[in-house]
Amino acid sequence: MLIINCPWCGARPEIEFRYGGEAHIARPADPSALSDQEWADFLYNRTNPKGRHAERWRHIHGCGRYFNAVRDTVSDFFVATYKAGEPRPDIAGETK
Amino acid sequence: MPDNAALQRLSEGLRPIEAVRLSLLGPAARLAFRSREAGIGPAGEAFGVALPREANRFGQSGSRFAFWLGPDEWLLLAPGEDAAPLAAAIEAATLGVPHALVDVSSRSVGIEIAGREAAFALNQGCPLDLSLAAFPIGMCTRTLLGKAEIVLVRLGPELFHLDVWRSFAPYVIGYLDEARREFA
Repeated sequence: MLIINCPWCGARPEIEFRYGGEAHIARPADPSALSDQEWADFLYNRTNPKGRHAERWRHIHGCGRYFNAVRDTVSDFFVATYKAGEPRPDIAGETK
Repeated sequence: MPDNAALQRLSEGLRPIEAVRLSLLGPAARLAFRSREAGIGPAGEAFGVALPREANRFGQSGSRFAFWLGPDEWLLLAPGEDAAPLAAAIEAATLGVPHALVDVSSRSVGIEIAGREAAFALNQGCPLDLSLAAFPIGMCTRTLLGKAEIVLVRLGPELFHLDVWRSFAPYVIGYLDEARREFA
C-alpha cells in the first residue's frame, strides 16, 4: 500500500486520502478583466507534466486538511508533502 | 437507522471471545468543536479538559475526553452526560469568538475492543500500524475500518475504543466479529 505523509498526521495509508487536482493555481484577482481564453486556461487547462507534479491532496479520512504534495507522475513516488499556503519546495522537475 | 435497543440486542447476541472482546459503550454527550486559536483555550476550560494541540492525541479528565481530530477540530466526549448544559457552558465561554459547536451525541455510537488480539482484529479492516510504537496509548485518530469511517482511540495496550456513525455500527460490529472468529 502506498504511504503518504500528511503534514499534520505523519505517515498514513493512501486509502485515507483524496486527490485534489493541481496545486498553486490562484484564482485571478479580477476575473472580469480576463479574456475568454485566459479564463478557460484558469478553469480547465492544467500542466499535466510527465515527472514531478505539485498537487493538492486531502486527508479526508484523517485530519480532514488539504495539503500539497510533489509527486512523480511516472513512478507515483511522493517526493515531498507540505502544508497548504507554503511555497512549492525547490525540487528539480526531472523524472526520478 | 439502528436505535440503541437494536444495537444492544446485536451486541448481546455476540459470542464471548476472550482474545477480542467486543462491547457496546453506553450513550454519551458528543460535541464537535471547531475554532481557531482564540477559542481553543476557553473551550477547553469550560469543558474541563484542555484541548490537545498535538496531532492525534487526546486529553482526559475524569470520564471526559477531548480528541484531536484536526488542527482546528476536536471531538468532546462525556459518557453518560447530557450534551445541552455542556454545550451551553462552552458557548458561554467562547462568546464572540468565531467557532462551531455542534451536538452530535446521537450521530455515532461507541464500541470497545479489548483483549490480547484487539489490534489484530482491528487491522483486518484498518490499515494503520497499531503497534505501541506507532500508535501509543493516548493516541486517537479518524481513520477507516473496512468501508466505514471511524474515530479510533487507544486507551491501553490491549484496549481500544472506536466511535462510528450509527448507521455503520452494525456493519462495524459484524466486521470485527468476523475478524476475530479464528479466536473463538
